[in-house]
Amino acid sequence: MTDLQTKPEGVGFGRVSRKEDARFVRGKGNYLDDIALPNMLYGAVLRSPYAHARIKSIDTAAAQAHPKVKAVITGQILESLNLAWIPSLSHDVIAVLATDKVRYQGQEVAFVIAEDRYSARDALELIDVDYELLPPVVDAKRALDPDAPVIRDDIEGKKDNYIFDWGSGNEEATEAAFKKADIVVEQEMLYPRVHPAPMETCGAIADMDPISGKLTIYCTTQAPHAHRTLYALVAGLPEHKLRVISPDIGGGFGNKVGIYPGYVLAVVGSIVTKRPVKWMEDRSENLMSTSFARDYHMKGKIAATKDGKILGLRVDVLADHGAFNNTAQPSKFPAGFFHVFSGSYDLEAAYCSVRGVYTNKAPGGVAYACSFRVTEAVYAVERMVDRLALELDIDPAELRMKNLLKPEQFPYTSPTGWEYDSGEYPRALELAMKISGYQELRKEQAEKRRRGELMGIGISFFTETVGAGPKKHMDILGLGMADGCEVRVHPTGKAVVRLSVQTQGQGHETTFAQIVSEVTGIPVADVEVVHGDTDNTPFGLGTYGSRSTPVSGAAAAVASKRIVEKAKLIAAAMLECSPDDLEWESGRWHIKGDPTAGKTISEIAFAAHSTQELPQGMEGHLDASCVYDPPNLTFPFGAYICVVDVDPGTGKVTVRRFIAVDDCGPRINPMIVEGQIHGGLADGVGMALMEQIAFDEDGNCLGGSLMDYLLPTALECPSWETGETVTPSPHHPLGLKGVGESATVGSPPAVVNAVLDALKPFGVKHADMPLTPAQVWRAMQGRPMRTDLAIQ
Amino acid sequence: MQVSMTINGEQVSREIEARLLLVHFIRETAGLTGTHWGCDTSNCGTCVVLMDGVPVKSCTVLAAMANGRNITTVEGLETNGELDSVQRGFIEMHGLQCGFCTPGMMLTARWLLDNNPHPTDAEIREAISGQICRCTGYENIVRAIRWAAEHESGTGHNITEGIGA
Repeated sequence: MTDLQTKPEGVGFGRVSRKEDARFVRGKGNYLDDIALPNMLYGAVLRSPYAHARIKSIDTAAAQAHPKVKAVITGQILESLNLAWIPSLSHDVIAVLATDKVRYQGQEVAFVIAEDRYSARDALELIDVDYELLPPVVDAKRALDPDAPVIRDDIEGKKDNYIFDWGSGNEEATEAAFKKADIVVEQEMLYPRVHPAPMETCGAIADMDPISGKLTIYCTTQAPHAHRTLYALVAGLPEHKLRVISPDIGGGFGNKVGIYPGYVLAVVGSIVTKRPVKWMEDRSENLMSTSFARDYHMKGKIAATKDGKILGLRVDVLADHGAFNNTAQPSKFPAGFFHVFSGSYDLEAAYCSVRGVYTNKAPGGVAYACSFRVTEAVYAVERMVDRLALELDIDPAELRMKNLLKPEQFPYTSPTGWEYDSGEYPRALELAMKISGYQELRKEQAEKRRRGELMGIGISFFTETVGAGPKKHMDILGLGMADGCEVRVHPTGKAVVRLSVQTQGQGHETTFAQIVSEVTGIPVADVEVVHGDTDNTPFGLGTYGSRSTPVSGAAAAVASKRIVEKAKLIAAAMLECSPDDLEWESGRWHIKGDPTAGKTISEIAFAAHSTQELPQGMEGHLDASCVYDPPNLTFPFGAYICVVDVDPGTGKVTVRRFIAVDDCGPRINPMIVEGQIHGGLADGVGMALMEQIAFDEDGNCLGGSLMDYLLPTALECPSWETGETVTPSPHHPLGLKGVGESATVGSPPAVVNAVLDALKPFGVKHADMPLTPAQVWRAMQGRPMRTDLAIQ
Repeated sequence: MQVSMTINGEQVSREIEARLLLVHFIRETAGLTGTHWGCDTSNCGTCVVLMDGVPVKSCTVLAAMANGRNITTVEGLETNGELDSVQRGFIEMHGLQCGFCTPGMMLTARWLLDNNPHPTDAEIREAISGQICRCTGYENIVRAIRWAAEHESGTGHNITEGIGA
C-alpha cells in the first residue's frame, strides 16, 4: 500500500495531462506506417476468396514479370525454408502461406514484394491460383456432425473438427445444487464473433542487415519481447541478432498480441531481397484475417430457491475457434479465464465445460479487451441472473444485492478455485443505483409502459480477473508471465524507467512516470519512460489482459522502492548518522525529529555518482531493477446500469444513460482511468447493438469492411456517467488492480439486459447480440434470429 | 500527371500517377504523416483533412482532385509555435488515447468551430459522427471541443509537454 502523505505539486498520483499528447496533437506520432527506411520495399498479401478449397496450382510468372516486382513468395517457397507452418499460441500450427488448402476466406496464399505499395497490389492481380472448391464448415453447431468436411486434414489421422474438451468446477456438487433448487432456469445464448478493429491496422517492417546479420522488426505489437523470442524459437534466428521495435500503436485491444503471417512474410521478404520490407494490411484484411474475439455458443443453467438465493450455475460452451487453434492465452487454459464465470455471487457450486471446434473461419478468439474470455463469463452469468429475476419476478437489482459476495468473505475462493483478492461489492452497486436514481427510473418505466412506450433498465455486476501470472500457473509457449522493469536515477536527480510492456494508448509514458514519482518523490516531469524496443528494455510478456499496471506497474513500484532504500543508506552516510535515524518524506530523507537536516533524492543521486564515500560494500550509482512475478491475479470489479429506449415501430435502441461505477483500487491518474472506462463502455454498446462478424453459407465473411462491421460513433454513445469506489489489492505493492478492460468486460450484459427489460411486455426472454433494429423487431414478434449466420 | 496544391501554406507540386490518393500524396509525397489512413471506405475518418476549409476524407479523394486547392492537415493547426485551441482542448480534456483518430477529429472540430463557434453537445456529436474513435468512447472528445469553443481567444499556449500544461 502506498503511503498517502502530502506530496508536492507534480509528484505522484493524480490528474496530470499526458506526456505523449504533445506529439500526438501535432501529428508527430510515429506509427508503423509513418516509418520509411532507405531503399524500403512494400509487400502485399494475396488472400483466398474461398472459405475452403484445395490449391491445385499457383502461377506467379506474370506477377514476377511486373517491372516493379522484386519477389513473389508462395507456400511452396516457404516449405523449402521450413516456414510454411509456424506454431500457434495454443498447441496447434498456423499456415503462413497456404500450401495444401485454404481454410478460410482471407487466408494468406502468396506474398508480393515490389518497389511501391500500388505496384505490389497491382501484381496480386497477376497471380493465377487454381482452386478446387470444397464444402465449408460454417455452422459451429454442425462442425462435429459425422458428415462434416474435415478442415484440418494436415494433422495426421485427423478425421473430425474436434479441438478440445475442457471443464472446471465440481460437476457433482453443481448437479446436487440443481436437485435441491426450487427453480432452475435454462437459457441458450451466443456471444457473437466480433473484432477489436483498432483504428490502426496491423503491419511490420523487417530490416535484415546482411553484413551484421541483425534483423530489426518494427511491428504493431503489444508484446515486443514475446515476439522476439518467438521469432528466435520459430525461425531459428539468433535472439541477440533480433530487435523488435514497437513504435506508437494506434490501438490494440488484443488485436496486436499474436504473430500474423504478414509479419513473418515481411521478415522472409527482407532476407530474400536484402532490403527493408514493409507490410501494412488494409481494413478488410484486418477484419477478415486477424484475431477476432468471442464466438461462444453458451448453454446456461442457474438454480435458486424460490426467494432468490442462487445455489448453482452451470454453463456449457461450444467454442468456434476457426480454422487454426490460435487463441492467445496462458497455455494451460484453453478457454482462457472463462471459468471465473460464477462471477460476483456467493454460490454453492458451479461447473463449466468448453468444447472447441474448427470451422472455416479466421482463427483467434481471445482479443478485444476480453481479459482472456472474462467477457464471455460475465455475459453468461449476468444474463442468467437476469433470466432468473424474470422468472422469479424479483427486481434484478434486489436479486443481485441478495447474492453478491460480502466484504467479509474476502479473500474469497470461488467454486472453480480463483482467489479473489479484495472486494466490496454491495457498496459499488448501491452507488450505481444512487447515481442512476434507480427507484425513480423504475417509476418512470412503469408510467411509460402504461403508455405503451418501451424503456429498459439493465444491470450488470462484474468481477474482472487481470494481471497474469503468477508464472507458476501462467505461461505463453513456455515463457512465464512475469515482467521486468529498470529504474535509473541520473546524477542530477532525473530518472529513466524502462518497461517490458507496451502502450497502445493507455498512456504508459505518463502513468509509469507517476508510479516512479509516487514512490521516489521525483517529479513526474523528470521521469522519462522508455518502452517498445527490445534492445533497450528488460524482458517481459507485454500489454494485454489489463496486466501492465498489476504486473509491470508492480515491478516499477518495487524497483522504485529499492531506490528509496538505497538512497536511505547513502543519505545516512552523507548525514553521518544511522539509517535507523532517518525518516522519509516525499523525495527526501531527513533525520527524525529534525526535518531541516535531510538530503533530497537529487542530492543523494549526485552523491551516489560522486567521490562521496558510500557505505561498506555498496556499489555506486542510484539504480534498481525488478522482475515481478505476481503472487495472484487482481480482481477489479464494478456495477453498471444502462437505460435504453426502444422504438416500438422500428426496433431501434437508443442508449439514453449509462452509469458505470468501477473499483480498480487506487487510481494512478483518474483522468486516464476514466478515459479507459469510457472507451470500454463504447465497446460494450457496439457489441451489444451493432458489431458482428457473420458468415453466409459459402463461408463468405459478411463483416469484412467498416461498411458492414458497424462500430459505434458519437451518436450511438451517451454521455457516460461514472463513479468510483476504492478497494486496494492486498498483494500489489501500491494496491493497484488494473482497469483497461473492465468496461469492455462489464458493459455488454448491462445493455442487453436493458433492451430485454424494455421488451418484457412482449414476453421476450432472450435475444442474441447484436440487438440491431432488425433483431429487436424480430424479437418483438417472438422470433429472434440466430445472428452468427446469414442462413436461418 | 502534374498536380500542384497548397498544403499548410506551402506549395507542393509533383508528377504523380493519376490514381494516387490524396492521403498517400500528403503522407508520402509531402511527407506529412500526421494524416492517417484507417479503412479504405470513408467510414473511419482518420484521414480527414480540410480542403478549402471543408473536411474531406482524403482516402477517397484523388490527389488530382485536389489540384489547385488549399489543404490543411494536422501539422497546419499550430500557428507560430502556438497550439490551436482545439489541440489544447484535446490535451486538457484527455480527448485522445492512442492518438490515431486525433488529427482527423481535430480538423473536423476546427471546421465546426469556424462555422459554429458555440456548438451544443449534440451539434458536436453530429459533426464528428463520420469519424470513429476506438479508445475514448467520444465523451472526452466532446468535452475537448467544448473546451476549445470556450477558449477561442487566439492566444494558444506553447505546450511542449503535457505535464503541467
